[in-house]
Amino acid sequence: MIPLSWYLIAAAALFCIGLFGVLSRKNAVSILMSVELMLNAVNINLLAFWHYHTQLQGAGQITPQVFVAMVFIVAAAEVAVGLALIISAYRRRETPVVDEMTLLKG
Amino acid sequence: MTSETLIWLIPLPPLLAFFLIVLFTNRNKALSHWLALIASGLSWLAGMIVFFKAVTTEGLSEHPFAQSIPWLPTGNTSLKIGIQIDPLSAVVLFFVAWTVLMIFIYSVGYHNFGQPAGKHDRKGLPPEGAEIKDKNGKIVHVPSIEPMYSRFFALISLFAFAMFLLVVTDNLLTLYVGWEIMGLCSYLLIGFWYAKESARKAMIKAFLTTRVGDVFMLLGLAALYSLTGTLNYQEILGNPAVLEQLAGALSPVLGLSWAALIGILIFIGTVGKSAQFPLHIWLPDAMEGPTPVSAMIHAATMVSAGVYLVIRFFPLLSAGWEPGGVVTTPMLVMGIIGAFTALFAATIAVAQNDVKRVLAYSTISQLGYMIAALGVGAYAAAAFHLVTHAFFKALLFLGSGSIIHGMEHGVLHTGEHIDPQNMLNMGGLRKKMPVTFWTFLIGGLALSGFPLVTAGFWSKDEILSGAFTGGNMGVFIALALAALLTAFYTARQITLTFLGQPRTKAAEHAHESKWTMTLPLVVLSVFAVGAGWSGIPADFPGLGGLIPNWFEEFVGSMLHFEPAEAVHSLVPLFTSLVVALGGLALGWVVYRRLSERVDPLEKPLGSIYTILKNKYYVDELYQATVIRPANWVANVFTYKFLDQTIIDGVLHAIARFGVWLGNGLRNIIDLPLVNGAGDTAAATTRGVGMFLRSKQSGRIQQYMVIAISLLVLAGLVIYFTVGIS
Repeated sequence: MIPLSWYLIAAAALFCIGLFGVLSRKNAVSILMSVELMLNAVNINLLAFWHYHTQLQGAGQITPQVFVAMVFIVAAAEVAVGLALIISAYRRRETPVVDEMTLLKG
Repeated sequence: MTSETLIWLIPLPPLLAFFLIVLFTNRNKALSHWLALIASGLSWLAGMIVFFKAVTTEGLSEHPFAQSIPWLPTGNTSLKIGIQIDPLSAVVLFFVAWTVLMIFIYSVGYHNFGQPAGKHDRKGLPPEGAEIKDKNGKIVHVPSIEPMYSRFFALISLFAFAMFLLVVTDNLLTLYVGWEIMGLCSYLLIGFWYAKESARKAMIKAFLTTRVGDVFMLLGLAALYSLTGTLNYQEILGNPAVLEQLAGALSPVLGLSWAALIGILIFIGTVGKSAQFPLHIWLPDAMEGPTPVSAMIHAATMVSAGVYLVIRFFPLLSAGWEPGGVVTTPMLVMGIIGAFTALFAATIAVAQNDVKRVLAYSTISQLGYMIAALGVGAYAAAAFHLVTHAFFKALLFLGSGSIIHGMEHGVLHTGEHIDPQNMLNMGGLRKKMPVTFWTFLIGGLALSGFPLVTAGFWSKDEILSGAFTGGNMGVFIALALAALLTAFYTARQITLTFLGQPRTKAAEHAHESKWTMTLPLVVLSVFAVGAGWSGIPADFPGLGGLIPNWFEEFVGSMLHFEPAEAVHSLVPLFTSLVVALGGLALGWVVYRRLSERVDPLEKPLGSIYTILKNKYYVDELYQATVIRPANWVANVFTYKFLDQTIIDGVLHAIARFGVWLGNGLRNIIDLPLVNGAGDTAAATTRGVGMFLRSKQSGRIQQYMVIAISLLVLAGLVIYFTVGIS
């Protein structure tokens, strides 16, 4: 039986990897992929807690699974919108590099 | 209509005429003078009806026609306006109504109504005459109409209103109102030809001089009101208790009783108005006005108002006096000033050459007579002389206007450059102007007191006998001498003007005035003779008792005590006979053969003549003692020192302090603190903005690094400080 903390550690590691990717990658598509990693880390956390809770109660609950499914759906929608934005930005500025997109510079 | 209602209405028509002329008919000369004439005619008619009702009423002095209504409420009481006709105001009303009407008619002719307007005539100057072509096509000079004809009638209407108001009123306050309106009219009419500098000066002089008297009079009036609570004649003068109280109470001034103090104050008002010494200086200069004005204001009515006032207030002035006893202080003052003025002015009149100035000084002298008469207690005699004098002096003035008019005609005709008012330029006018001559002669004889036939003789005789029986020999001698001089200068005037041969070409070409001017002369000369018959003393040798002494009975009833037992003495009678006839004869003898234009008295009298000619240098004295110091005070003290140095200095110092304070506050508070704070806030905001701006890289990942670092930091802080339970 794998203890709960392992899942949590794995999820935290995955989250940190995603966070690092978001902060360090230059390519917008890579940043979008890193965001997916962070979302999935959250999903792992949700499932781990659901499993742990089920074992303690002895009765199954459907709500967390629905929640995770919702996260997938939102993530998919987000990717669709995000990719569309990135393509639009790329067409205007001919680069996918976010450091060069500094229109808000003061 | 009751008498009271009629009395209310007497003063109103002239006032109405004044407003109508000023507001509506100013441009229409004929309409203006008709309005004025009709108004004065109505007043005259009402005045006559009232006079005859008054004469036929028994016991009028105890129960006069009187009525009053509240006028100005003053707290619990109210000042009243009202009318009262008693014997005194009835006789005054009589002569005022007559002289006013006559002078109005005369003014029409005097101001050349019906003549063409002159080409060079300007407003504010006497008309210079016009040129017209006669039947043969020859250009002739004729007199031209006065440019401000309507204005003249408006002003004399206002004047007539004020005089009637003064006569019919029943209290001192309304009397004072009329008195002051007359002062204003006098000012405006003396300066009627305001473009002449001499007229402007004369008008100011007259106004300011009478003002001196009026201020004192107002003081007396105020004192009287505060002591008695009323200004009504009947309530003060007809009430022995009030008079006794006033005579008994001691005033704070010089140990005089209140009655004496108030009497003297009121008398000073008369001194100003009736041109008594030392305030007589304005009257001769007032001759700058048109002659009807001189006649009306400065001989017949306004100056009489002053005497009327003291006659009216005689019960107060003489409070505490018994006939034959010691006179009161105001009476003593009046006796001295009146007698002195009578003599003083008569001497000046001897050396004057201007036909109107002689009459002006004569007026002063005759008014002095009346004042002196009151001073010795000859109440009825003073009132009698007031009436007769008004008639014959108005006659003389109007006659002198007619003379001047005739002379001006001669001057226009011949083109000579001479003064048409100077008697030395006249002579022989008797044949040219017969009506003027005979009427002037009657007036002159009345003035000099020609025995038996003229009014002046009877009134003057009564005053002289009053002074004699009053036991005041100083006054008697002064008045007798004044009467001698009066007869002398009257004879001089008549001789110089009418008798002998013409001394200039202008005098040769003088001619008689129109009927509008001669009619009033004739009417007034009837009164100048006839008015005297109403007051022939009962004890007069020969004539006494033939005609009852109506005047003394009628007016004398105003006094509540019996007149002193007359001392039957022929001394005053002989005196007045001698001085009148002697003076007239002397004047005629001295001047009858005059052919050069030099006064024959100039050489023998020498420096005395110069002094008289210069009116005792009183004007120069006032110039040196009053006007020059007043100018000095005004210029050096008030203007340069008080105004420029002190007041301006204080103001400038305040201004300078204000500027200094403002600069200081600006440098200490406004600039560093207020402005500094504002500027600093702006600069700080700007600096912070510039600093933060440089932090905005626009790189989203940098922002996130900062956000997450801060989030982690916050988490750590919360973890270590708050802790997680």
